[in-house]
Amino acid sequence: MTGSIVAIGMGLAAIGAGIGVGTIGGKALEAIARQPEAIGDIRANMILTAALVEGVALIAVLMAFLVK
Amino acid sequence: MGKTFAQEGYNSHSTPTETSKPLSSPDQDTENQSLINDHSHNDSHSEQAHETHSEHEFKADETAFHHISDLNVYNIGPWNFPLPCILYAKDQGWSIFSSSNFDIDDHHHGSGNKAVDRYALNKGRVMRIIDSSFPMGEVSVEGFKLEEKEVEGKKKETNFVIANGQKYELEKSSTIDGGLFGGGITTFFDFSITKNVFGMILVIGLISWLFLGMARSYKRNPGSAPLGSQKLFEPIILFIQDEVAKPFIGVKYERYMPLLLSIFFFILSLNLFGQIPFFGGANVTGNLAVTLVLAVIVFIVVNLNGNKHYWEHILWMPGIPAWVKTLITPIEILGIFIKPVTLTLRLFANIIAGHIVIIIFISLIFIFGKAGAEPGAAYGASVASVLLALFISSIELLVAFIQAYVFTLLTASYIGAAIEEHHHTEADHH
Repeated sequence: MTGSIVAIGMGLAAIGAGIGVGTIGGKALEAIARQPEAIGDIRANMILTAALVEGVALIAVLMAFLVK
Repeated sequence: MGKTFAQEGYNSHSTPTETSKPLSSPDQDTENQSLINDHSHNDSHSEQAHETHSEHEFKADETAFHHISDLNVYNIGPWNFPLPCILYAKDQGWSIFSSSNFDIDDHHHGSGNKAVDRYALNKGRVMRIIDSSFPMGEVSVEGFKLEEKEVEGKKKETNFVIANGQKYELEKSSTIDGGLFGGGITTFFDFSITKNVFGMILVIGLISWLFLGMARSYKRNPGSAPLGSQKLFEPIILFIQDEVAKPFIGVKYERYMPLLLSIFFFILSLNLFGQIPFFGGANVTGNLAVTLVLAVIVFIVVNLNGNKHYWEHILWMPGIPAWVKTLITPIEILGIFIKPVTLTLRLFANIIAGHIVIIIFISLIFIFGKAGAEPGAAYGASVASVLLALFISSIELLVAFIQAYVFTLLTASYIGAAIEEHHHTEADHH
């Protein structure tokens, strides 16, 4: 079986993004539970931040493909 | 990344079944036989499978990448519909013809039985034969094969076309990124109406018809309750206006509403169009070139509209020591370009990942059934894989909306950051 160490890097990027998006989602739900009337603002900012975190993981995946 | 995607997507066509095809002359037969036998995929297992079923070994990754790539034929189910090919090469000029001229072979995922003007159709994709000794005009083709070649110490996979008992190298072209990454820039330009372009034209026509009709209806009955399709789209348009444009852009939001709505509905409808099973599966928003163009449009709009404060914050961030500024400025300048890159990749990766997962789940049937050798296992696996694929398809419907929303939201937030009026004098008092 052949492989590349790039696969480990992609896995690590996925773990990092998973922790990040998980934290964002969890905190957003806590915030919504505390202040349900602010759900609109919280949701928009949650998605925005999650997208930014995801962006880092995507760059890592792209680099993984490029250096392969 | 196109390097591996594109190449792996092709090589399953170089099957042992090609050997059973009659060749033009008997003395060339032995040469061709040896050409095919040195192919690395001819391990004992696939040889055996070939003897019993005359089928090649099933490779899920190849199947997945073939199905998500852009093609020069439109395939609905087992049928291949020809599309116009508009090709330009510097040394031979324009070649404009229908891809039916390739004599598409329905049994081989739309490979052409003929080469036209040094172009060959390999698994639905036009590739150019680099060898200038290859004759122009229509030439019948015996098959395609993929070989590994050592170039500068790296193993490179190269496609070959077999015609007149000889093999000719095909130019490396990639399928999902237009050759920008890894696939290499080709010596010909492909302006063809490909599957993706055709799907895009279809969807643009549909949404234009819908929205122009709605606009007429609003002009005819101003102030009345929404009618027909307005009932469906008015809440969505109001959502983009009230939840995306107003909070992120601010008072000048109206100027950017056409852009935001166009981006949202273009991405959303193409995401949903790509979800329709057995209808070609034009994977438009899962194509790096398409998402890149969308991101470049956003990049241009953001930077053309950026005001003094925006550029000041990038080039010479106020309120911090000078030595920090020298560190911040390069990062900020990089940030201008990273924003569109992440926009490109986010949409591309999310859509393409969903498609691959669905195809891999469907592939489980063939993996468990060993490509027809064990029908019992295939029946068992098909129940599970259809359920799994259905589940992922439902999630993908959600992702289609979320990604369209995220792209629009980020566009609005980038525009908002670029045109925001700062009040430093007030902030300094605090």
